[in-house]
Amino acid sequence: MHAMSYARVGDVASALAEGADPDSRFLAGGTTEVDMLRIGVARERRLIDINDLPLNTIEDLPGGGLRLGALARMSDVAATPSVRERFPMLVQALELGASAQLRNMASMGGNMMQRVRCGYFREAGMPCNKREPGSGCAAQGGFHRGHAVLGTSEHCFATHPSDVAVALVALDAVIHLQGRYGERAMPLEDFFLQPGDAPEREHPIEHGELITAIEVPAAPVARTSLYWKVRDRESYEFALVSAAVAATVTNGVIREVRLALGGVATRPWRARAAEQMLTGGPAISDAFEAAASAELAPAVPHPQNAFKIELAKRTIVRVLERVSAA
Amino acid sequence: MTTTLIGQPVTRVDGHAKVTGAAKYTAEISLPGMRHAVIAGSEIPAGRITGIDKSRAMAEPGVLAVLTHEDLPKVATQPVLTLSLAGTVAHGQSFFPMQDPVIHYAGQPVAIVVGETLDAATRGAELLDVTYERTESITVIDEGRDRSYVPEKILAGLAPGEMGRGDVAAGLAAAELTVEATFTFSANHQNPLEMSASVASWDDGQLTLWDATHGPTATQMTVASLLGIPASRIRVITRFVGGSFGAKAMIWAHPTLAAMTAQIMHRPIKLALTREQMFTGCGLREDNEQTITLGAAADGRLTAIRHEKLSITSAYDDWAEPALSGSGELYACDNFAAVYHLIKGNTMTPTFMRGPGETAGLAVLECAMDELAERAGLDPVELRVRNHADVDPVSGRPWSSKGLKECYERGAELIGWGDRDPRPGMRRDGDWLIGMGMATAIYPVYPLMNPQRARARLYADGTAVIQTAASDIGTGAATVLTQIAAEGLGLPLEMVRVEYGDTSLPFLAASVGSTGSTAGGNAVHLAATGLREQLVAQAVQDEGSPLHGADPELVDVVDGVMVGPSGSESYGEMLGRNFVPETEYLGTYQHRVDDEHALLNFGAQFAEVAVDAALGVVRVRRMAGVFAPGRVLNQKTARSQLMGGMIWGLSQALLEASHMDPRFGRWANPSLGDYLVPVNADVPEVMVETVEVDDPFINPLGIKGIGEIGMVGMAGAIANAVYNATGRRVRSFPITIESLL
Ligand SMILES: Cc1cc2nc3c(=O)[nH]c(=O)nc-3n(C[C@H](O)[C@H](O)[C@H](O)COP(=O)(O)OP(=O)(O)OC[C@H]3O[C@@H](n4cnc5c(N)ncnc54)[C@H](O)[C@@H]3O)c2cc1C
Ligand code: SF4
Repeated sequence: MHAMSYARVGDVASALAEGADPDSRFLAGGTTEVDMLRIGVARERRLIDINDLPLNTIEDLPGGGLRLGALARMSDVAATPSVRERFPMLVQALELGASAQLRNMASMGGNMMQRVRCGYFREAGMPCNKREPGSGCAAQGGFHRGHAVLGTSEHCFATHPSDVAVALVALDAVIHLQGRYGERAMPLEDFFLQPGDAPEREHPIEHGELITAIEVPAAPVARTSLYWKVRDRESYEFALVSAAVAATVTNGVIREVRLALGGVATRPWRARAAEQMLTGGPAISDAFEAAASAELAPAVPHPQNAFKIELAKRTIVRVLERVSAA
Repeated sequence: MTTTLIGQPVTRVDGHAKVTGAAKYTAEISLPGMRHAVIAGSEIPAGRITGIDKSRAMAEPGVLAVLTHEDLPKVATQPVLTLSLAGTVAHGQSFFPMQDPVIHYAGQPVAIVVGETLDAATRGAELLDVTYERTESITVIDEGRDRSYVPEKILAGLAPGEMGRGDVAAGLAAAELTVEATFTFSANHQNPLEMSASVASWDDGQLTLWDATHGPTATQMTVASLLGIPASRIRVITRFVGGSFGAKAMIWAHPTLAAMTAQIMHRPIKLALTREQMFTGCGLREDNEQTITLGAAADGRLTAIRHEKLSITSAYDDWAEPALSGSGELYACDNFAAVYHLIKGNTMTPTFMRGPGETAGLAVLECAMDELAERAGLDPVELRVRNHADVDPVSGRPWSSKGLKECYERGAELIGWGDRDPRPGMRRDGDWLIGMGMATAIYPVYPLMNPQRARARLYADGTAVIQTAASDIGTGAATVLTQIAAEGLGLPLEMVRVEYGDTSLPFLAASVGSTGSTAGGNAVHLAATGLREQLVAQAVQDEGSPLHGADPELVDVVDGVMVGPSGSESYGEMLGRNFVPETEYLGTYQHRVDDEHALLNFGAQFAEVAVDAALGVVRVRRMAGVFAPGRVLNQKTARSQLMGGMIWGLSQALLEASHMDPRFGRWANPSLGDYLVPVNADVPEVMVETVEVDDPFINPLGIKGIGEIGMVGMAGAIANAVYNATGRRVRSFPITIESLL
């Protein structure tokens, strides 16, 4: 790791002023950032520690929504009673992520910005378009069991690793940003870019722009919700496939459904095709299977990750069966 | 002996130091003036170095030196692969790096960067510009399948490349039932929590080396031979070791590289491997393919076993994990043949990993036995009992002790084997299919090749010190040695301290192949009982002693007090009266070659698994292991060892895999984030028991070792349970979700 300087800032204005330095990076919980510095993927020479900023609140919004400060810790969000009551899938996605120690450090804003787990991205000297644009993609024809089948391009097909972002995308969350020239907000779904021909660009965020909060609009449907994570070991591993689902079923008919997938796509994947097919239809296995197949129809398999297509379909069916039985 | 300390569940003597952080591991040793060395490894798997540009590295603040093959001295003797079991040198491979520009495997050390700090040295290594000329490489079996050969010998010449007895073709022709199947195993790396490290310091031509190893004496002799200096000028210290599982059983290049660097720099040097370097610095369990053929009569009795293995070895050694011998020893079968096939490839020489050999070989044999049981319409336990080897099928000799049938019986009881439905896919619990499987475990009892020593010293204040060179790799050795010494001397535990892990103490071979307790335990037993006899003999001859004239046979020692028929006094009183400050005895244990008995360790293992019927996820629900390892020295540490072995077996069956990317010839997942080992949530109820077998032949303490046997049968039992749950025979390990979809 190279030598760097460090600053600890106490308010947003100073963070933005410091962040103007093009050779700087923000440090929140550090659970991604320190790794990136250690393995030489992050090369900036100044760290701006933002942990003292007043952005760690977890607020209930009138009407049943939530506002999560960017520095709220994953463990604190998961432990908040109103979150547990209104958004079970958010809590499950948090608690099935990382480990207890990591969740105590990791912030919500940092979670949105975490980097892919592709081994070639993390190994200096390997061809990787995301790390060294134009150098190629070693995962193609290489080891890619964990890689994505949806939202891929020939330039990159690394999976977006976050769990909680999947649940948030299903909930139509909105992300709030603040830069030197003002504040803006956008649907969280738009905050994650597909690799396309520029896999190095993962978010529509400017250098030095700060995530301040994530807002979750009220969603009564989320009271019956579920986050399901399939992985080789029981804990402390990223998803091979995951699904966040919320549904309201009355008289065997799906009135409203939210579905998003993790572990299979280059970004938290809102399953809109499936949602559309399911809404207003019967809550039966055949319908679940048809919706799952439609969602996975555009999937692009590679030799080692082809199984994820079938696994994702079965996971979708499983979660839909579960929530509609609830 | 009146005390019964041996066998008691005594708490680890080093437990407090370990949990409080007071225990210092090798990489935590810091010496005045010490500098840090970091290895830069080859980025290519085959070819040669065409240039090393040091300028960017040297320009980094704090970088003191960059050493390459042009700077390093030549080794005094070319290393020749020698097993640490031999108790002498323990070269992990017949190759020493940084002697010339030739590259045999990725990660091979090509330079050493020395820095004021670890960070500076690490940064320097990142900035080093090495250019290579790459040639074709072989790093996976498929690339070299057509070039395989049958080696004359494997295991450093200790085992044949082919073996057998009887006539397998005839046995198969006579068979009414046959099973033939091919299995594949991923490569594995041992991944102990503590990474390997060495600290070297020269003083007036004397080298002191702190080294994380199974055998300080092995490090001493190996480094001496490579540096070309007498062993008497090297002292190796190994106080605490944070696990090894084979990674530290042989001596690899880094202690010698640390010593060479310290000599060049005129400074103490610390050289620690990174996690990633643990994948290319300490050997591995090679990925392999095994094909087994069983022939049996209709009643399940085996008529033939053929077992073959194909794997990659290094360019310069014929290494194969000895996976096949177990198939010839476990069951009564007249016809047996086994062949190792090797491919020379671009890897370092593979090495031991917990349960070496038997762990991979028995998984195959025991899965095939499960298939045979089904064909024969027999319960898997019954099939094994029918094929029980009453005498050693290899030598025809009786066993020194066995206990296997008792293990089957008790294990079946513990897991509730009676509830198992022999028809696969019949038991369900919600989304989960439930199944049960079992397998036999055996592990060799390796003979110790040279005298093993320990010294017992008693002070006039009544306390004792036991000294022996062995290291405690985390097994609890220091604790059981304390128990054995206290019992032998007739002292309470707190009066005995064990000093270990230092070559200035009496010789003990590396504790490998489950021999640690045999070597250390018997040497300490002989030292302690010898000293006790010496002290009693002195007392009965001492006219001033109340024991004077007593028959030594009738003298007992309780809490340091010699109690004779007509009087008693403590060791201390006698020594004090005679102005003797301390007295010593050197115990020497020499393994006695037993021509009459066959030695082997036995156990039976059972598993209940749940497999998500739709999603293919496998979770182990319960495991039971019952073993007959001879005398148990400490019920607590033994249970932990056996349980740890069983969890290792679970890990082998379901999780652990090192993935090679043959295009680069490099491991694709060299981190604990991507090389999966079980977490607590994966570990179910683990039931561990031992059955008592009295073994008067094996060694004075009657012990067979417990380091490996716990692991051996577990993967087979789990794979068989997965079959029972799902009806699917998965023949590649680890068993993954995709193989069950
Ligand atoms: C071993 C391991 C296992 C894990 N397993 C999981 C898992 O199963 N599921 C899962 O979802 N996650 C998992 N994670 C990822 C973890 O959740 C993230 O690392 C964490 O959420 C990042 O948050 P942080 O506060 O530590 O961010 P940091 O590491 O401090 O920062 C990460 C990035 O975000 C930027 N950043 C941080 N805060 C802001 C802000 N407010 N505005 C703008 N930029 C910002 C930083 O500059 C940096 O680039 C795992 C991580 C590890 C190390
Ligand atoms: S998948 Fe993406 S991150 Fe991985 S090597 Fe290819 S470009 Fe790099």
